[in-house]
Amino acid sequence: MKIPVLQLKGILLTSIQAELSDEDALEFQIDVLEKVQNSNAQGVVIDITALDVVDSFMARVINETANSISMLGAHAVLCGMQPSVALTLTEMGRELIGVDSALNLDKGVDKLNDVIKGLELTMDDYQANH
Amino acid sequence: MFEQTVLQINDTNSIMHIRQTARDLAKLLDFGSADQTRLATAVSELVRNVLQHGGGEGTCQIENQSDSYQDKICIIVEDEGPGIIDIDMAMQDGYSTQDSLGAGLPGTKRLVQEFMLTSEPGRTSVTIALSRRRQ
Repeated sequence: MKIPVLQLKGILLTSIQAELSDEDALEFQIDVLEKVQNSNAQGVVIDITALDVVDSFMARVINETANSISMLGAHAVLCGMQPSVALTLTEMGRELIGVDSALNLDKGVDKLNDVIKGLELTMDDYQANH
Repeated sequence: MFEQTVLQINDTNSIMHIRQTARDLAKLLDFGSADQTRLATAVSELVRNVLQHGGGEGTCQIENQSDSYQDKICIIVEDEGPGIIDIDMAMQDGYSTQDSLGAGLPGTKRLVQEFMLTSEPGRTSVTIALSRRRQ
């Protein structure tokens, strides 16, 4: 199963619409990263509204994807996590998800734009002072 | 409604199928969405354990043990792998072998009401149960 990654201005939007097998999850991981590299995007919103189970493997994949996106110089925001998934992950413990997150796609995009704006402002500031 | 079913664990595709079967039963018995997710996630972790540490093959028995007082789902995951050498250590938070980085057994235990683990070389068995008093 291929998960579409859409570009909207400077950001990428991707929505996981069904339960993923392990192979699908790993394929998604590399797909998103390659898309970030090729698109020059400054950020990625990953929507997981449709996931009703996030086990430790999936949590790790999401975590690694977000961290890798940061390493490429972009920013990731996770959005749409189901309440029962959030509860279960918290109960399982060990901060499985350490990713910036937002309630829904709308807020995810807002958050990402704020982060990108913040980065640009910092950059202007830096250039003004040097 | 089934009273008991035994599903084979043999590859990563089993994970989705088995946890969905467990969730379906929880749904059928009117467990809330939090409990459905807890159970599906716990099953996912245990089945994954079998694939990663338990020799790669095993079984998962899902049983409806409801009676007139309570709704209860009992799940037994078994494998014939090498076994867990130090159970006490395996039940400590932060313990993981093979770089699995999973939440492991202690995380799974916190999701369910009953948890029992027995292990010896050639046979590991984990029993979990979720129950709820009938209204």
